[in-house]
Amino acid sequence: MSTPVNLPMPTLGPVTAYAPAPIRVVLNWGRRYSLWVFNFGLACCAIEFIATSMGRYDFMRLGVIPFAPGPRQADLMVVSGTLTDKMAPAIRRLYDQMPEPKYVISFGSCSNSGGPYWDSYSVTKGVDQLIPVDVYVPGCPPRPEALLQGIITLQEKIAAERITKDSIAAKQPARYAATRTASAAEVTRPLLQRP
Amino acid sequence: MGVGGLATSDMVLNIGPQHPATHGVLRLKIVLDGERIVSADPVIGYMHRGVDKLFEVRDYRQIIALTNRHDWLAAFGNELGIVLAVESMLGMEVPERAVWLRTLLAELNRVLSHLMFLGSYPLELGAITPVFYAFREREEIQAVMEEATGGRMHYMFNRVGGLREDVPAGWTGRVREALTAVRRRLPDLFSLVSGNDIVIARTRGVGVLDAATCAAYGVTGPIARASGLDLDLRRDQPYLAYAELFAPGGPGRVVTRSAGDCMARLEVLLEQLEVSLDLAQACLDRLETLPAGPVNQRLPKVLKVPEGEHYAVTENPLGFNGYLVVSRGEKTPWRCKLRSASFSNVQVLSEMLPGHLVSDMVAILGSMFFVVGDVDK
Repeated sequence: MSTPVNLPMPTLGPVTAYAPAPIRVVLNWGRRYSLWVFNFGLACCAIEFIATSMGRYDFMRLGVIPFAPGPRQADLMVVSGTLTDKMAPAIRRLYDQMPEPKYVISFGSCSNSGGPYWDSYSVTKGVDQLIPVDVYVPGCPPRPEALLQGIITLQEKIAAERITKDSIAAKQPARYAATRTASAAEVTRPLLQRP
Repeated sequence: MGVGGLATSDMVLNIGPQHPATHGVLRLKIVLDGERIVSADPVIGYMHRGVDKLFEVRDYRQIIALTNRHDWLAAFGNELGIVLAVESMLGMEVPERAVWLRTLLAELNRVLSHLMFLGSYPLELGAITPVFYAFREREEIQAVMEEATGGRMHYMFNRVGGLREDVPAGWTGRVREALTAVRRRLPDLFSLVSGNDIVIARTRGVGVLDAATCAAYGVTGPIARASGLDLDLRRDQPYLAYAELFAPGGPGRVVTRSAGDCMARLEVLLEQLEVSLDLAQACLDRLETLPAGPVNQRLPKVLKVPEGEHYAVTENPLGFNGYLVVSRGEKTPWRCKLRSASFSNVQVLSEMLPGHLVSDMVAILGSMFFVVGDVDK
């Protein structure tokens, strides 16, 4: 067994926190139009996500780049589809692997609230129980245009923000295991007793 | 002792649950000896939404919304199964116009589903271009589906006793145009996929599945037919208007191959696409001769199904899709068991994968054409 290495959280440097407004505009402009996206494709909505990345809707014109090799290289995670309790630890783990500043779009009713599976015994009722969500896109599944609108909304949010250590911490309330990495045990429900 | 006499120890490799090649959240636990797969164990349940249990608390109209969603590429086919089951339990006759419209929409949906796999399979093999062509055609057909039903994926167009409403005026003409456009451009996609040397090299002779294994595991649909299992419910146990379409001289025919490898599965899909377009064309021809009329039945406010049980099975794009409905005379089923195609199809992976290289694993996985929601229900 190797001992875990406890590295400090990477910081963004003093530039983003204390930059004067004009410089911040430039920095935010750069960030908002190069969102490397990690598609957490789970269910039906993933097909609409793919449709949005194809020729007709083409979200790359908005600077959303769907070629992130994994969560470690991504700025934006799009959770599209039904999240089940069995899948929940994986989504938390992958979210923790993303570098700050990171954003999450919850795409579709299932990841917003459980959707048509609101009374299922195995479905997590909304991905926001596990990770902070920036933009919710409603629909079952939402149309590709709705995702485009969601992306634009997120970009407006990015344009207006000032990233500091505190602002990152504020986005991650204690119930989300804050900025430290959550262990799998923290987000796994113990097994139910066999009937 | 492993490859080439070197001392190697087995390594367990986890594929998924979040892995692009599993398009969805299937997880495979693979034991490797060097590059070679010793055993493979599909771990399912990451998309288990518990629909079997939810069916029991939804009335017969609401169930359609759930059945829509397990195989999200074939929503219309899924709806069809449950309404056919309920209709035969009620002893309900469906207007002829609705029967032909249903057949048409089911075939269009089959085209959509096949196109998705024809795009995503080359993508997994490393060819990025075909998926753009596949989606161009998908958008074309989705547009007419949307015009009739209002949905791009989950149509909610079937009702017990028929369809929700009649199609808009001039719709059949636009379907005809869409079919012509798709048919004209399909050779581009076909030659990109089946004429590609790399695709051929990676799929021919890889992942051979024989008919006996298919039958033993309950593998159905294009995968079984690619192994020479000549089985298609549209012909063998006709429902809707398929009896007429699959009659001798009709446009319907069952596509089979005998090789049973990844290439054969791909070829079956390509050829079935053409058959489905022919069937859709035939439905359109027929629809235009039918007089205008109702497309549904008047239903009572509270729809109760008489006591009994019935199993209705239809040929979905990926295989048999069945519903066992058990009613105790209530407005919700007492039990509704879903038999989904991909669930059976994926089980055979543990039989197929051992002996192959890791790089072939992606080719085989992609050629099994499964939808994870259909596996996990």
